[in-house]
Amino acid sequence: MSVADPVAPAQVAAPGAADPRRHDGAVHAAIFAGLVVVLAAAPFLAYPVFVMRVMCFALFASAFNLLLGYGGLLSFGHAAYFGLASYVCAHAARSWGVDPALAILLGTLASGALGAVFGAVAIRRQGIYFSMITLALAQIVYFASLQAPFTGGEDGIQGVPRGKLFGAIDLASDATLYVVAAAIFVAGLLVIYRIVHSPFGQVLRAIRENENRALSLGYRVDRYRLAVFVMSAALAGLAGSTKAIVFQLASLTDVHWTMSGEVVLMTLIGGMGTMFGPTVGALVFTALEFYLSSIGSWVTVVEGGVFVVCVLAFREGIVGVLARRLRRPL
Amino acid sequence: MLKRVLMCATAAAALLGASLPAYADVSVKIGVLNDRSGPYLDISGEPSVNAAKMAVEDFGAEAKGIHVSFVAADHQNKPDTGSNVARQWFDQDGVDVIVDVPNSGVALAVAKVTREKNKIFMDSGAGTSVLTGEQCSPNTVHWTYDTYALAKSTATSILKEGGKSWYFLTADYAFGHALQADATRFVKQAGGTVVGSVDTPFPSSDFSSFLLQGQGSGAQVIGLANAGSDTVNSIKQAAEFGVVQGGQRLAGLLVFITDVHALGLQVAQGLNLTTAFYWDHDDGTRAWTKRYEAVNDGKVPTMDQAGVYASVLHYLKAVDALHGKDTAAVMAKMREMPTDDPLFGHGRLRIDGRVTHDMYLYQVKTPAESKGKYDYYKLLDTIPAEQAFRPLADDNCPLVK
Repeated sequence: MSVADPVAPAQVAAPGAADPRRHDGAVHAAIFAGLVVVLAAAPFLAYPVFVMRVMCFALFASAFNLLLGYGGLLSFGHAAYFGLASYVCAHAARSWGVDPALAILLGTLASGALGAVFGAVAIRRQGIYFSMITLALAQIVYFASLQAPFTGGEDGIQGVPRGKLFGAIDLASDATLYVVAAAIFVAGLLVIYRIVHSPFGQVLRAIRENENRALSLGYRVDRYRLAVFVMSAALAGLAGSTKAIVFQLASLTDVHWTMSGEVVLMTLIGGMGTMFGPTVGALVFTALEFYLSSIGSWVTVVEGGVFVVCVLAFREGIVGVLARRLRRPL
Repeated sequence: MLKRVLMCATAAAALLGASLPAYADVSVKIGVLNDRSGPYLDISGEPSVNAAKMAVEDFGAEAKGIHVSFVAADHQNKPDTGSNVARQWFDQDGVDVIVDVPNSGVALAVAKVTREKNKIFMDSGAGTSVLTGEQCSPNTVHWTYDTYALAKSTATSILKEGGKSWYFLTADYAFGHALQADATRFVKQAGGTVVGSVDTPFPSSDFSSFLLQGQGSGAQVIGLANAGSDTVNSIKQAAEFGVVQGGQRLAGLLVFITDVHALGLQVAQGLNLTTAFYWDHDDGTRAWTKRYEAVNDGKVPTMDQAGVYASVLHYLKAVDALHGKDTAAVMAKMREMPTDDPLFGHGRLRIDGRVTHDMYLYQVKTPAESKGKYDYYKLLDTIPAEQAFRPLADDNCPLVK
């Protein structure tokens, strides 16, 4: 499937003196620095637990965007990796009493492994068939989570201890946990940035733009697809694991297909194929859900309205439009 | 002399003036957290907020120096949204007590947050008996019903009425299995038999094959261990197959009056169900319901909404008695005072957080028997408080030593 990409024009590097990519790199470094400043200030301006929630979803959406925006693959079952990781992490932390860092790692690895299996099946088809296969596989995970004894069914895994990070740092206080969650979020985003801007990322985009040409150049397309699928699943798992520790619970919400849909919405609102779009999308989406929760059933109407406006007025998403205006990939 | 008297009088007045407000004025903030957009909209929603406000009015809180304010939010049936809202309410908005919270998963999450923040959580809408079992908390009050009470009341009462052999239609998830397991135990305890059961996919819209199995089993009672849309669908289809007309009893383990209203008497007639509250039970409930309907566009109150009213009332009594809202003191006072209100009658709050009161087995009337709006139930049996709920000894609650 072809994906409109605001990054593409800049990637055709002008052979002139100044390399625009290097310039973009400086801009991106500045944005990352700005992000860290915002994250440092955020708990004083907004409710810290809410900001942590935004960060979890932002990382999740960014991981999803790695697959959709850069790999050109629309997975409609990403909740499976997000949710499985949160279950594994919650179970490890609660029932086995492992260190939160190890629990998060276990969750991430579990999702990566699941991604490898599901990815190997799903990448054999493309377009809508790929989406449907990922959805079907994710539904299997959902029903397994509903029935498996360790997930607690519809009650979920409750009362996950936040524990002591590396046996020393007590995560019970929101402030400490915030710093840890922010570190995980920024690190995850940097990993995605590195993947996208590596030779691997270049090949990925080449495959997305013209699969046959990439094939004729000798790239093993399926391996690249599988690799990005696994990376995306593992990073989604990192987000899910972090969420389990932050909210001290893992529930069916995280594996339900609506979660797969929400992450698509976040990515599209923010800007598919942009580095910072999913973060903005997650912020907008989560803020709507959180601050409007008092108006009841109107939340879903407002969310739907925002989505319609986004799709009609700025199809490239908030950051996508910004990137086009600035003529810079963001 | 006069001067001295005057001085004494002013001093006394000053003392009184200074001490009275401090002694009497308490501001409490109640957060009503429930479903305002999903499947439990009808059993909770905005009417729960109105029910809580009625309790404040009825108690005359303002005149007693208790200033009550409200916030309300939708938990969207997501435990993480629920715990998030609860956390923010406690941290930032100064909420003292959270009420309602249908949906067991959300309730368990809110109970955890409440305990962590040392506030009070009075649940009315959730069914899970884990809330006062393994995961009980000194900060939790569970008012209206739970799966144990529903299963026990329904099973034992119907056995008394002669329904000896049972067949279960069980929603294939933890809630359904818990209901079936509990009900099976009580059926056997009371000398009945369970001739079979079938797990139905959750959620399901087609119960025809399962109902046929139930009919073919020859059991006297078909028990529906499910909830929400599953219950409504299975009752609807049971009516199409003529289960009740064929001489079998249909017993819903969790049925709200809004479900019966949605189904209509033609379909729901003959159904046996257990509830903690029915509007037409006595003069007290009728008078209350009349006022309730006036502020809720004529909607009928569910036992969930009634539980919100009663729990808020009991809370206010404790706050009034203490002239304070310290969590531990209020919880202790609420346990010490017997509960007493027009909706649930007499009861008490146990150490595990369970509120015990009478439960009732009703049968849904036939269209001919029904004389007016919402005249849906006739009473079959009353289950006394001490028999309806799980004994403390079987609780697995760490607070019960």
